[in-house]
Amino acid sequence: MPYFGSEETVKELKRALANPHVQADRLRYKNYITKVIRYMTQGLDVSALFMDMVKASATVDIVQKKLVYLYMCTYASDKPDLALLAINTLRKDCADPNPMVRGLALRNMCNFRMPGMPEYIEQPIVAGLRDKASYVRRVAVLGCAKLHNLQPYTDMDGSIVNELYALLRDPDPVVVVNCLRALEEILKDEGGVVINKPIAHHLLNRMKDLDSWAQSEVLTFLLRYRPRSDDELFDILSLLDAFLQSAHAHVSVSTLRLFLHLAAAHPAVQADALLHTSAPLLATCGSASRELRFAGLCHVQQVMRSQPGLFGTHYKRFFCGYSEPSYIKFRKMEILVELVNDENVALVLEELRSYCTDVSPELAQAAIAAIGRIARTYSEKCLDILTGLLALKQDHITSAVIQTFRDLVWFCPQSTAAVCQTVEACVDNPQDSEGKQALLWLLGEHGEQISSAPYVVEGYIDGLKTELSSAVKMELLSASVKMFLCRPAETQDMLGRLLHYCIEEESNMCVRDRALLYYRLLQRGVEETRKAVTGPKSDPSMSVLTGRQEEPISLWASAFNTLGPLSGRDLCLQTVIISASAQPSSSAEEELLPGSKDVTLSCPNDTEEEISLSLGPPLSHETFEKMWLDLEILHRQTLGFPRPKAAADTLQAALQLVKIQTLAFTPGDTVPWKAYLYTRGTGTLILAELLQEDPEAPGTEGSLVVSVKQQPANQHTIRGFVAIIKSVFQTLNFDRL
Amino acid sequence: MISQIFILSSKGDHLIYKDFRGEASKDSINVFYEMVTALSGDQPPVVMTHKDHHFIHVRQGGLYWVASTKTNPSPFTIIEFLNRLAALTKDYCGSLSEKSVRMNFALIYELLDEMVDFGYIQTTSTDILKNFIQTEAVSSKPFSLFDLSNVGLFGAETQQSKVAPSVAASRPIMSSRGEQGGKNEIFVDVIERLSVVIGSNGVLMKADIQGEIRIKCFLPTCSEMRIGLNEELNIGKSQLKGYSSAVRVDECRFHQAVKLDEFDTFRILKVCPSQGEQTVMQYQLCDELLCAPPFQLFPSVEKDYVNRVLIFLKLRCDLPPKSTALNVSITVPVPKGSVSMSQELSSPDQTAELQPKSKALLWEIPRFPGGAQLSALFKVDVPGLSSASLLEVGPVSMSFELPKQTCTGLQIRFLRLSPTQTGLSQRWVRYVTHSDSYTIRI
Repeated sequence: MPYFGSEETVKELKRALANPHVQADRLRYKNYITKVIRYMTQGLDVSALFMDMVKASATVDIVQKKLVYLYMCTYASDKPDLALLAINTLRKDCADPNPMVRGLALRNMCNFRMPGMPEYIEQPIVAGLRDKASYVRRVAVLGCAKLHNLQPYTDMDGSIVNELYALLRDPDPVVVVNCLRALEEILKDEGGVVINKPIAHHLLNRMKDLDSWAQSEVLTFLLRYRPRSDDELFDILSLLDAFLQSAHAHVSVSTLRLFLHLAAAHPAVQADALLHTSAPLLATCGSASRELRFAGLCHVQQVMRSQPGLFGTHYKRFFCGYSEPSYIKFRKMEILVELVNDENVALVLEELRSYCTDVSPELAQAAIAAIGRIARTYSEKCLDILTGLLALKQDHITSAVIQTFRDLVWFCPQSTAAVCQTVEACVDNPQDSEGKQALLWLLGEHGEQISSAPYVVEGYIDGLKTELSSAVKMELLSASVKMFLCRPAETQDMLGRLLHYCIEEESNMCVRDRALLYYRLLQRGVEETRKAVTGPKSDPSMSVLTGRQEEPISLWASAFNTLGPLSGRDLCLQTVIISASAQPSSSAEEELLPGSKDVTLSCPNDTEEEISLSLGPPLSHETFEKMWLDLEILHRQTLGFPRPKAAADTLQAALQLVKIQTLAFTPGDTVPWKAYLYTRGTGTLILAELLQEDPEAPGTEGSLVVSVKQQPANQHTIRGFVAIIKSVFQTLNFDRL
Repeated sequence: MISQIFILSSKGDHLIYKDFRGEASKDSINVFYEMVTALSGDQPPVVMTHKDHHFIHVRQGGLYWVASTKTNPSPFTIIEFLNRLAALTKDYCGSLSEKSVRMNFALIYELLDEMVDFGYIQTTSTDILKNFIQTEAVSSKPFSLFDLSNVGLFGAETQQSKVAPSVAASRPIMSSRGEQGGKNEIFVDVIERLSVVIGSNGVLMKADIQGEIRIKCFLPTCSEMRIGLNEELNIGKSQLKGYSSAVRVDECRFHQAVKLDEFDTFRILKVCPSQGEQTVMQYQLCDELLCAPPFQLFPSVEKDYVNRVLIFLKLRCDLPPKSTALNVSITVPVPKGSVSMSQELSSPDQTAELQPKSKALLWEIPRFPGGAQLSALFKVDVPGLSSASLLEVGPVSMSFELPKQTCTGLQIRFLRLSPTQTGLSQRWVRYVTHSDSYTIRI
């Protein structure tokens, strides 16, 4: 932040610091130094005062020393030549009899980030490692990491590493933890500090002496250790058991993560650990600090992915407090929706109902959407509430309710009649374009059940000139055409007007093209149009996607207690792409081969190069569903053979081998059979749907159809992906023969 | 590990900035501020990412306390550390505000220097830190006669009186000189946060209590202290002790320094408090309230004339007659179209106003004695009122403070410092219950 008259200020300070009268008066001198630091914090460039500040470092006043050191560390990289002048004072301080002065000097000397520093600090660091004061040793140990950071790969490293490993036995707990941290940085290229059995057990035994920060850090380091036997594993777990219930949330969560990791092969132990930690986790959800609350809620959501029932009885803890910020309320609502069961549904709905009239329209809409989600299971109760909300005649509420109705009808066809009745009775129409689209869709799709539908649509057609959103116009076109198909007499006239307007007067190309398309289609005759326009009115098989399945713990355990659960989808995708590109190009084929060497699995199409797929971080059902609905189908192909008769888990395992994750599939031999898959390759995310129609139905030949969506698009990867899918199914079919 | 720590005022002024690893530019402060102010209300602000840099922040005392990092650390650790930093700043500076941070920036730099090295948390314990912190805190409180009278009252205090003025504990822990400094005081606070939902039929639907016992210690050195809780205190649902089940908590957790060898039989906590503030015990009670909820509301909402809603609220305080609720405020959402309001309140010290921004009416009662009943009539003008608009009235939310009151009934029987304590020390026990969230449906 540049300040007006900053140059003047610096000059004035320089004059004052150089004034011998000021220098003689210690208080006044210190006052000026404080001023310099204050300006520095505010962002003013005071590096011109470096010389004067170096002089001020030669003092017995520790407070003044600290301030000057802070200044020097900030500007050392800008003024390396001047900083060298200060080194003499610092080195002298490193030999001071007072350990506090020694530590202070050493720490700050190591903080000078400039070339040429290593030769001055090496010797004091080595001396510091053997200092008798633990305070100095702590500083010196981290000094090694700083030294390595300044000048990687020196021949010093070897001896320092040995010394640091030896210092892991230091009596001071902070020194021990600092050693781990320093080794981790120095040995980064070799995979970090090695946690072998003696070190692991030594650390475990020291756990009680450490403070909470060190505890959670050591627990994270221990993730790297693999116990040799089950006996050892259970010894470790029983040592750590007490930490699951620590008063510090970060310790109990770190312990839980370690438990989940170590006991990966013992689901019962994992479940037990989750049960033990549920109390501390719930406590963080009610913590006084709202940030901690948020972190707790996000992690509760992670746990619920595998154990949806764990928090079932505690659903009241997720009721929103009125003073909570909306981002916390959103999370709580998401959790509440998941926790609904036969016993609590009435109370949860009543609670959600009270959020629908919230002042914040976003929150109100989210609450309505949440009720809509619950309606997929408990439609009757929810429809009553939603219908009641329409009576409020608030634009944002009406719009959200209509949108919820649209989704509900799509997922639960059995609620169609009730919804149509309500829509018919609803007198005022939504005003925003999202709501209008939803209403038009409902009218078009279920026009035959809503007697007033043509008149509502006519109202929209009459007001077409004032309509701004092209998406609404497109929806209006489709709705009118669909309605024409079921109620031609009432609609014919207005459809004509609409098409005329859209073709002759509309300036938006998309709308115009759509109108022309319908126009030509209608010219081909009504039956032809009906075939092209009408599709399924609902898709209950989508509930395969949205229905909750218990996921294995390993899917989320690796990201537990990291920033991942807290940041939204954006960060998730970002890391996906990073991890996908960082993945070394391992051939998918090679990994598939063990066991079945006689089957060639190379892509049948020789022009294709091999692509590498990876699983990357798991995708939640919601994310998949959202992306599936957002993206266009890029590729659709009939595979030319039926679905393998192998059991579902065999199929899932086979796909997993080639790094394709199965998200959901219809159970057994239900027809039509569907499966949803996803994978990642060459920096893109691939989503796919496998569909097998009824084999008896004419024209389908009982063959599998694969539809692929991708983000970002890359045709090459899609071709590779389809080839891999093909080869997997061929193999499975081959096995069967 | 942490790359940078900075503290910003709500207006974005840089109050404290420390770079531990030199891997991020100073510009990231401005990047952070732009990001955090650009967020809409429903986006979670706690973790934000700019390029490969993550910002984690907490809001305390109206300030942004931010840590930036390039790695993927435990969010719990960073958030709790930032909260701890804020708590320590409060301990050392006496209060937490933009002004006190500005005045004591040298001290905060000194603290940070000892707490974090190269991005790794070293220590946050006051016992260790006090050996290294040399800067004197500058108290931001202006000198006033009112403060002095408080101090005078204190000097003449009686050991029996268990109420200390709430300002007494908000002073720097380290001031070794000055008129207040000589006081050897220790405060033990029992703080409970109550969150309650009462249904429209007056039935308690949800009740949670989160409580903690917090010690604020101004003694330079302190040997072991024994805190005796109610002997009949029950922990957990199954375990019942004695004939009355009057005092019960579901679950409790203790600070790791607390010795619990006498807890099971005598309900005595033994602890050596270090200077500053620390929480020795946290407990919670869910889905049950052992006393009546402190407030009951009897509302009636009617349509009066064409465009007017009559809201009649009768509020009863069910506390024991000797106690009082303070700073009671009642928020009632009103129909969106409300334009003006007139009210009839029962006493002049109450106030009520229509808040056009949040479309709610706010009724404030500074003191509300136990057993009393207050009523108020609000006439809200709503052009274009329909009968459905009445549904928009409610739910009512309340906030209040109940001094000298715990809802679990947890009490401190005694507070004993070990006999070797030199000099006179004063011990204070204070109870307070805050409303975390108190909602009454209409």
